[in-house]
Amino acid sequence: MIRWDKGWRLILRLACALIVTILFVFPVYWLAAISIKTPEEIYAYPPVWIPGQVHFSSYLTLFTDGDAWSVWNSLVTAGISTTLAMVIGTIAAYSIVRFRTGGDHLAIWIISQRMIPPICVAFPIFLLFVSWQMVDTYLGLILLYTAFNVPYVTWMMRGYIQEIPLELEQCALVDGLTRWAVLWKVVMPMARAGLFATAVFTFIFAWNDFLFALILTKSEVVTYTVKVTGYFGSQATFWSKISAMSMLGVLPMIFVVGTMQRFIVRGISLGAVKG
Amino acid sequence: MPDLSLKNINKFYGKVHAVKNISIDVPIGEFVVLVGPSGCGKSTLLRCIAGLEDISDGDIVLGDRSITGLAPRDRNIAMVFQSYALYPYLNVYENIAFGLRARKMPHAEIEKQVNWASELLDISDYLKRYPRELSGGQRQRVAIGRAIVRDADLFLFDEPLSNLDAKLRDGMREEIKRLHGQLGKTFIYVTHDQIEAMTLAERIILLRDGEIEQVGAPLDLFERPDNTFVAGFLGSPPMNFVKVTVSGGTLTLPDGQTMPAEGALKDGTTLKDGEFTWGVRPEHFSQSDQGARTLRANLEVIQPTGSRSYGTFYLAGVHLMAELEARVGEQDTREVTLSVALERTVFFDKATGKAIS
Repeated sequence: MIRWDKGWRLILRLACALIVTILFVFPVYWLAAISIKTPEEIYAYPPVWIPGQVHFSSYLTLFTDGDAWSVWNSLVTAGISTTLAMVIGTIAAYSIVRFRTGGDHLAIWIISQRMIPPICVAFPIFLLFVSWQMVDTYLGLILLYTAFNVPYVTWMMRGYIQEIPLELEQCALVDGLTRWAVLWKVVMPMARAGLFATAVFTFIFAWNDFLFALILTKSEVVTYTVKVTGYFGSQATFWSKISAMSMLGVLPMIFVVGTMQRFIVRGISLGAVKG
Repeated sequence: MPDLSLKNINKFYGKVHAVKNISIDVPIGEFVVLVGPSGCGKSTLLRCIAGLEDISDGDIVLGDRSITGLAPRDRNIAMVFQSYALYPYLNVYENIAFGLRARKMPHAEIEKQVNWASELLDISDYLKRYPRELSGGQRQRVAIGRAIVRDADLFLFDEPLSNLDAKLRDGMREEIKRLHGQLGKTFIYVTHDQIEAMTLAERIILLRDGEIEQVGAPLDLFERPDNTFVAGFLGSPPMNFVKVTVSGGTLTLPDGQTMPAEGALKDGTTLKDGEFTWGVRPEHFSQSDQGARTLRANLEVIQPTGSRSYGTFYLAGVHLMAELEARVGEQDTREVTLSVALERTVFFDKATGKAIS
């Protein structure tokens, strides 16, 4: 039997959880609601909390106009740059941790790259990309996002790799693995939780980038963040298109985080060493 | 022909000279224990043999080939680590099969080997479990299984039992010794525990500060230590050291008690006059007033262990311990007469600590 004070504490806890959940979920709900509302409902006052009818017309427009391709562009640039950054950053982190590459301060120096406000380097990078003819190309954006994410990945993975017991790797070396095989068969599975967590954040960074996508794209590889802002006109603002496009941008993120979440569990290394 | 041959091994960590010019020959199938206090270089030496550390100078020969400078995987050595080092994301079967898979052994062969090893170590029932679901002793068995499943030329053990509780340790010790007999391979075993060294070794190599203090069979080291360090390290409770004077065939203890000194040395020669450090193990005392070599002692502390009791007494401020009958001191007779087995005791040079023979 639950005692009364315990019952009240449970109710209080649930109430807090509910408030926090509403706080976080409401904006997403509102976005989704607007994207299926009629224009009258969007501008209605008092606001229409629950749309009367479901209209998919704004989504339909995005696909028939070809604007939805911008989500694909985001997916390609964010996906490939995340993969590249993860590979380069993890190998760099392993090297820093196990071989003391660059001494004690290289890791700090690398992460300091992330301390520069992006806007400070936006102009030089634009000029550089113009001269390399990489403006408005996949390659340009992918390279840029990779460059920005490698320091982050290196820093994060350094922490996760440091937690792996050295003896596990040494045991594998004696058992007949090469260094690369150790990285693949011991370090990767041991740092799996960290690997996924880092990848998710790296992907989010590239996915959400607006500044560089704005200045480095024109028409070919416009990402969805840039596309969305294009619907704010001086004459009219297409709220239904904005919200529909935003939904297209949010859904992959929800999918990514949702599927990755089960990998991001701690405690996987339990029982590796000692008791 | 030696199986493993260490030739003038030196290891520096920066300016620290961790292993100093060590040369050892180990014949095939021998069980060698490297023992010494922490920081004596025993683990470093083992890791040098495994290839986990580079040696600064010297040569390591295994069988008929020099393995100096080879990668660990090319040395065909198996190693058991102190922390077990099991892969937590693999079950017991996969943990044991890990080294075989790394060497691209066919599946059927792997299964045969893993089954053989798991039966030998009595872990067949746990093959599907994960390391986190095993007790400390079971984990240690898996770690040993992973080592023996490979047909390695040499087996290294780096303090494999120090994470186990005392009772489990006794059982595993026995098992490791049995395993050595069954495999017939060369074992190099590192420990800081002198009991493990004494019970397991065919030959003990006692290290201190990166140098070999003494090499020999356990009982030889125990009975004929080269110096006070070896004498004090082996044996529990440890050997008593007393400053004594010998003159004219009489041995004088710190508190003035005397006893005849003839027959003090093992080879029968008489001790020259002078001052010595006298090494007496607790079991060299017995409660008896028979014989000429007796001393009076006032037992201040008595520690019964069940089968025997340890009595502590002082001779002019020098602390000594004697192993006595279990029921000693029960009749308020703390004043006892102890007889000394003088021929079993050891005399050391007072200045150098070297044994006199």
